[in-house]
Amino acid sequence: MSSTFETVAGIIAETCDIPREKITPDSHAINDLGIDSLDFLDVAFAIDKAFGIKMPLEQWTQEVNEGKVSTDEYFVLGNLCANIDRLIAAKAA
Amino acid sequence: MRLEYFQMVDRIVALDLEARTVRADCVVPDASPVFEGHFPGHPLLPGVLMIETMAQTGGWLVLAVLRFQRMPFLAQVKEAKLRSFVVPGQTLQVEARLLHDGSGYAVVTGSIGCDGKKVADAEITYRVVPFPNETLRAQMLDTARRVAVPEAFLHD
Repeated sequence: MSSTFETVAGIIAETCDIPREKITPDSHAINDLGIDSLDFLDVAFAIDKAFGIKMPLEQWTQEVNEGKVSTDEYFVLGNLCANIDRLIAAKAA
Repeated sequence: MRLEYFQMVDRIVALDLEARTVRADCVVPDASPVFEGHFPGHPLLPGVLMIETMAQTGGWLVLAVLRFQRMPFLAQVKEAKLRSFVVPGQTLQVEARLLHDGSGYAVVTGSIGCDGKKVADAEITYRVVPFPNETLRAQMLDTARRVAVPEAFLHD
């Protein structure tokens, strides 16, 4: 997870012009870092490319909208990175 | 091209879903109200319409990849370069390549060639969402047939 986090934090810093030191595993991409939906598309594209995955953003959005999970599950970076790790593992399996 | 109706693509001439590429021909009309203002005495295809032309061409590719089950809406244009003027009567060869088919978004690179020279290029991102209504989907299918998107790509 730590190397995933380093990669994701670097992507967010570069893509969204946010100082790297402000980005922690506890940061919420929207509430803490102020990343809007368009910037998040850039972040998602960079993450998909970096890890060779396709984050299921539509499914995640639906789960949030239906109240099944809170936004923390997908937008707190530590959780996001855990989800990315699961996608990487599923791809390798 | 019917500029005043935002119909930029005249004909899809190649659509390769394996290579994830599309090529389209677009003929700039000899006359259009657009040229009355852009510019008086010096008609030029507006740069924003060159970008729109690349976006629509890439959009047909995304629609075909998704078999017209979802609609791409322009969300972002990066690194747009308008390298040369385009004037009434010229024929444009427009190409796009799908860089990434993401979940709820897609990214393409697009370019426009004219008389053997690249005149514009850009990276274009779309939000890809369910069609907001059947009217739009039916209209897109009609237009797809008009611009010669192969029938096999119009359905699942």
